[in-house]
Amino acid sequence: MTAQPLCLSIGALSATLPNGDRVLRSVSLDVAAGEVHALVGESGAGKSMIGKALLGVLPPGVRQVEGSITLEGTRLETLAPAARRRLIGARTALIPQDPLTALNPSRRIGPQMTDRLTHILGWPAASARARIREMLAEVHIREPDRVIAAYPHELSGGMRQRVLIAAAFAAEPRLIVADEPTTALDVTVQKQILRLIADLQRRHGTAILFVTHDLGVVAKISQSVSVLYAGMVVERAPAPELFATPRHAYTKALMAATPRYTHPASSLQPVNSAVLAELALEVRAADTEWKRAHG
Amino acid sequence: MADRLFTVEGLKVSLPDMARKPLLGPAPMLDILHGLDFTLERNCITGIVGESGSGKSTLGRALVRLLEPSAGSVVFDGHDIAHLPEPALKPLRRDLQMIFQDPMSSLNPRRTIGAIIAAPMRHHGLADRIDERVAAALTRVGLPENFAARYRHQLSGGQRQRVGIARALALEPKFVLADEIVSGLDVSTQAQILTLLDQLASEMGLTIAFISHDLSVIRRLCRNTIVMRAGRIVEAGPTDALFAAPRETYTRELIAAIPLPEIDDDWLTR
Ligand SMILES: Nc1ncnc2c1ncn2[C@@H]1O[C@H](COP(=O)(O)OP(=O)(O)OP(=O)(O)O)[C@@H](O)[C@H]1O
Ligand SMILES: Nc1ncnc2c1ncn2[C@@H]1O[C@H](COP(=O)(O)OP(=O)(O)OP(=O)(O)O)[C@@H](O)[C@H]1O
Ligand SMILES: [Mg+2]
Ligand SMILES: [Mg+2]
Repeated sequence: MTAQPLCLSIGALSATLPNGDRVLRSVSLDVAAGEVHALVGESGAGKSMIGKALLGVLPPGVRQVEGSITLEGTRLETLAPAARRRLIGARTALIPQDPLTALNPSRRIGPQMTDRLTHILGWPAASARARIREMLAEVHIREPDRVIAAYPHELSGGMRQRVLIAAAFAAEPRLIVADEPTTALDVTVQKQILRLIADLQRRHGTAILFVTHDLGVVAKISQSVSVLYAGMVVERAPAPELFATPRHAYTKALMAATPRYTHPASSLQPVNSAVLAELALEVRAADTEWKRAHG
Repeated sequence: MADRLFTVEGLKVSLPDMARKPLLGPAPMLDILHGLDFTLERNCITGIVGESGSGKSTLGRALVRLLEPSAGSVVFDGHDIAHLPEPALKPLRRDLQMIFQDPMSSLNPRRTIGAIIAAPMRHHGLADRIDERVAAALTRVGLPENFAARYRHQLSGGQRQRVGIARALALEPKFVLADEIVSGLDVSTQAQILTLLDQLASEMGLTIAFISHDLSVIRRLCRNTIVMRAGRIVEAGPTDALFAAPRETYTRELIAAIPLPEIDDDWLTR
């Protein structure tokens, strides 16, 4: 599909809960350098968990039990924890799903944004400050100086989200895990942010793992897509192919549940029980095979 | 003329700007809403859409009097509630309910779902037959009655949002503010919640202000729409007309920026 080298390659990744149930079921996905790869699927499917496994911040009790994660040619499992953290810190950035809990309520925005640049990447304080002002302007924040001096609760939801987007892009990482980065934005700002992402991707070859519920956004920003259900990739395809000829019944059902302003009268169908039954069978089959292979 | 539940005139909200607060003395005021005039039709869902940071949530908080406006009148069902003190507001509060965006953080993790739904009823003196009332509230939003014994971590995102709706509707309010209540949900759950809201609104004769960034959702759900930008109303009217023939450039820009789930290679650069 693309001749670009891989930025991220995840192979047969499984992760379990303390009770032994898998939250990730042999997930494989590749993100080429400079590519936006969308990860879609229902709430609880494990989208954020994939990002957390990659960044090495799985919640307590959740364990990666199998599989490989390769970042720009380096297998993360082969690194000592400190070296892995350093590599992740230098090459990747996360735009977290929940802006409010990701920001410290008792510190002003400015210092929270420069932290990463000064502490992890060793930038001088003055250049870090200049860089974040520049980035806040790039994400179309109207009054960067007010925002830099503000506390998180003094900003609207969309402003907080843009603060985190600006912080992630500031250090020009090789890979960004963007977890629902535009849910709190109005559509015109969302479009400007998508444009910014496409532009950075083109200028710097940044790869992006883009987690979202919004198939509209997927269609506009991504080159390839993985559809996740119950921690299992049920369909993976280049974006044009996925929208032209979705293969899995679940992908088709997601498309039917998406409202379109151009079709205001059409009824919105949640994923129906026949599709859910089919998915349950697939999950069972995958688990049976996994148990057989692992005793 | 349509029957109105809210008539708002000259609504202004200013908040202290802590970022510019001098070391000594009070913080300067920051104007957030610059004098809004609008009405909300009774038994009708009105969509509120617009720029991020334009004051939609602030407007919503002023309508349910979670904050006091700095000027203007907010006439709700015949009473100007803009500056009513808390004791005078109390009997009206049960008619002014709110569903939160994030049911996770608005549901107390240590209380059962039943206790969470019962709390506002007890607060408003409806302590009799409480189990029956809780069961009715759960049934209304399509949840089994035995969910009353569960805790929030035992529910999916969509189920939690149903609990948020059940809690807001338990008092059979006249008005419900819904601020971005589906933006965190997947499309399948969103379809269920929208259908439920639509059905309950007509069954119970609710008036709803529905704040959302998703214009496809607003187009689908809301009879009227208000478009906001920078603390002002840009355009307001019936949703059909607004989409068919937007009068203002900003409204046209908004509509043009809606991403449809279709491949369109030069959409980003248009
Ligand atoms: N700390 C945790 N401990 C145990 N299970 C967890 C934990 N966090 C999440 N889970 C479970 O893991 C599964 C995957 O969660 P994840 O957060 O990855 O979902 P998601 O696809 O990102 O959903 P959403 O769209 O709602 O953000 C869910 O079933 C969730 O309940
Ligand atoms: N407590 C506060 N102190 C100072 N300013 C505030 C406070 N709360 C909100 N603001 C400011 O008021 C303006 C409007 O905020 P509001 O949250 O109402 O916007 P919104 O339209 O809901 O935006 P979004 O779509 O991003 O949720 C913003 O500029 C915000 O920074
Ligand atoms: Mg998630
Ligand atoms: Mg808001």
